[in-house]
Amino acid sequence: MAKIKLAKDKVEKLVEICKSFNNEGSELINVLHQAQHNFGYLPAEVQEVVARELNVSVAHVYGVVTFYSFFTMVPKGEFPISVCMGTACYVRGAEKVLEEFKKQLKVPIGETTADGKFSISCLRCVGACGLAPVVTIGERTYGRVAAGDVADILKEYQN
Amino acid sequence: MEKYKMHILICGGTGCRASASELIQTNLENALKAKGLDDEVQVVTTGCFGFCEKGPIVKILPDNTFYIEVKPEDADEIIEEHIVKGRQVMRLLYTDPDKKEIVSDAKNMGFYKKQIRIALRNCGFINPENIDEYIARDGYGALGTCFEMTPQAVIDIIKESGLRGRGGGGFPTGLKWEFASKNDADQKYVVCNADEGDPGAFMDRSILEGDPHSVLEAMAICGYTMGADLGVIYIRAEYPLAIERLKVAIKQAREYGLLGKDILGSGFNFDVEMRYGAGAFVCGEETALIHSMEGLRGEPTVKPPFPAESGYNGKPTNVNNVETFANVPVIINKGAKWFSSIGTEKSKGTKVFALAGKINNVGLIEVPMGTTLREVIYEIGGGIKDGKKFKAVQTGGPSGGCLTEKHLDTAIDFDNLLAVGSMMGSGGMIVMDEDDCMVSMAKFYLDFTVEESCGKCTPCRVGNKRLYELLDKITEGKGTMEDIDLLRNLSAVIKDTSLCGLGQTSPNPVLSTIDNFYDEYISHVKDHKCVAGQCKALMQYVVDPELCVGCTLCARNCPVDCIAGERKEAHIIDVEKCIKCGACMDKCKFNAISIQ
Repeated sequence: MAKIKLAKDKVEKLVEICKSFNNEGSELINVLHQAQHNFGYLPAEVQEVVARELNVSVAHVYGVVTFYSFFTMVPKGEFPISVCMGTACYVRGAEKVLEEFKKQLKVPIGETTADGKFSISCLRCVGACGLAPVVTIGERTYGRVAAGDVADILKEYQN
Repeated sequence: MEKYKMHILICGGTGCRASASELIQTNLENALKAKGLDDEVQVVTTGCFGFCEKGPIVKILPDNTFYIEVKPEDADEIIEEHIVKGRQVMRLLYTDPDKKEIVSDAKNMGFYKKQIRIALRNCGFINPENIDEYIARDGYGALGTCFEMTPQAVIDIIKESGLRGRGGGGFPTGLKWEFASKNDADQKYVVCNADEGDPGAFMDRSILEGDPHSVLEAMAICGYTMGADLGVIYIRAEYPLAIERLKVAIKQAREYGLLGKDILGSGFNFDVEMRYGAGAFVCGEETALIHSMEGLRGEPTVKPPFPAESGYNGKPTNVNNVETFANVPVIINKGAKWFSSIGTEKSKGTKVFALAGKINNVGLIEVPMGTTLREVIYEIGGGIKDGKKFKAVQTGGPSGGCLTEKHLDTAIDFDNLLAVGSMMGSGGMIVMDEDDCMVSMAKFYLDFTVEESCGKCTPCRVGNKRLYELLDKITEGKGTMEDIDLLRNLSAVIKDTSLCGLGQTSPNPVLSTIDNFYDEYISHVKDHKCVAGQCKALMQYVVDPELCVGCTLCARNCPVDCIAGERKEAHIIDVEKCIKCGACMDKCKFNAISIQ
């Protein structure tokens, strides 16, 4: 196994999380949820520590992390933007909204702006279909978003 | 509760919360306090009322006034006018779009008239975070009734009721319970599938947010019939509010002795835990779901063995969907006969649908089986948005099909929808109008399936990708007639050779659009035209020389300099160079540029 480069306090936090689930391999998904909640993402080093603590292979952990779309191995922006691409939002023009975010921020889906401020991703239905198309930024939900609203929305987060 | 003279109910579902319903509640409470009425009028947060299009909704009891599109700044007026002076705030009432009449009571609205609420009976009525309100509406009474019967007698009631699985499969619930009850083991499990992954569907989330106890009660009843003492709810991590409400509900049920050891002195033990999904559509399939619960990749496995024999941790497990469970307590309370009197011959009871898309009344509805698509779309849904023409309705999500005008009088039930080439699915119902391209729609669903295929079976992993590429080729205007045949053949292979429901149904959107909108495929392939004007590669921006005044604004804004023309003369777009960004059309002040 590669040498673990993670800061000591982070390793300790991970050990603590694993312990809270009795270091059981069957709790892997719950452990990963907690780890991502704490660190924002799941880089290789984090996966290595989790594998060691739960006594499963790193390949197994990696297999689970990459299987589920909720887990990410790259850090998200300070303000993660998610454009809902559920069917209801799609037929009400979510694609145009997504294109506009990509154009304004100049980053593709799944990536973060150079200043670390914004990241763009798609998600499948937040269940607010009455407000379609829906965009969420962090905890905030924006409803009935049109491509023309994108610049104003982004302005709220500048500075 | 009885000390209050009036109640103000406010929707606390995800949709209305996104429109500041929490702030409305705070403002209402503050306004009541300012008037010294907070002892007489209670503000209650409830689950979803269903009429999401007009949210946030505020309802006042006992007079049943139904206010729509309420804003935080309306709170003072509602209190001052309605509560203090007893006059309805007219501007916040619903106006019937046909009769142009104001309707203040929800039960007289077109949206609600044809609905029968069984699974949603408490959504929008009770505070989901208060177990007393659930108990006041016969909550946990069914569980008590069951303890006076043998487990088999309870199973017989569910069997007689004709209840079928609401997650999409439509398997008879009573039979499933019976299988699980007959397998002896030291440990058995009841699992609630709350991994609602169908994009555009929010039935289960609304039930969990609005009435979590009904699911807990039903799980306990199921546990009693099969001899399981542990229930597990597998829920999407993307549903934070539903998770929170379930946690509160589980805690309260334990405090009341309705979960835990020796429930109601019956000697029966039952507790409920939660597991979180992590965003994988395939986990809606029960074997995949069980693997995910065990901390593995959510890949399906061959049945048999069925979960009823060997499921979670290798023990007998019964998996039901949220909506299926929500029906159970009512069936016990009101009887199998009552339930089976609603619906069609082979599909009993009601079905909840998330009605969305190009429709006037987006929302959550519950209708008796046998209601026609036309009734749902035109009477409940209020018809197509912006007066456009109806084109298709999609049911069953990525596993279902697109139905057309000629199917509108189909009575909705499990078997009828299958017969016309779609399926019930979990309850997503998306309405499309003339501006939606059906080839693009099929492509949209395939994009979803390609992403969500777990990769275990080659036909699903590779085949769906090829389907997507063929569809993409057609939307780019490069398709051939052979491609359409290839789509059909490949679809048949994928359906026949995939292991689980995902692969077996993923070609349905392709097949149903080819069957029902063949002309549209032909016009993409032969005429290189997209009638809906959605496929970018097939669009042409054209300047109308009659309307163009030669202001040069379009030419100056074109990023690739493909517009030529002198001042005060009609301009021309070079279609070869045009990248179809639409900037010229946006800028033109004379509506001289159009898409052909």
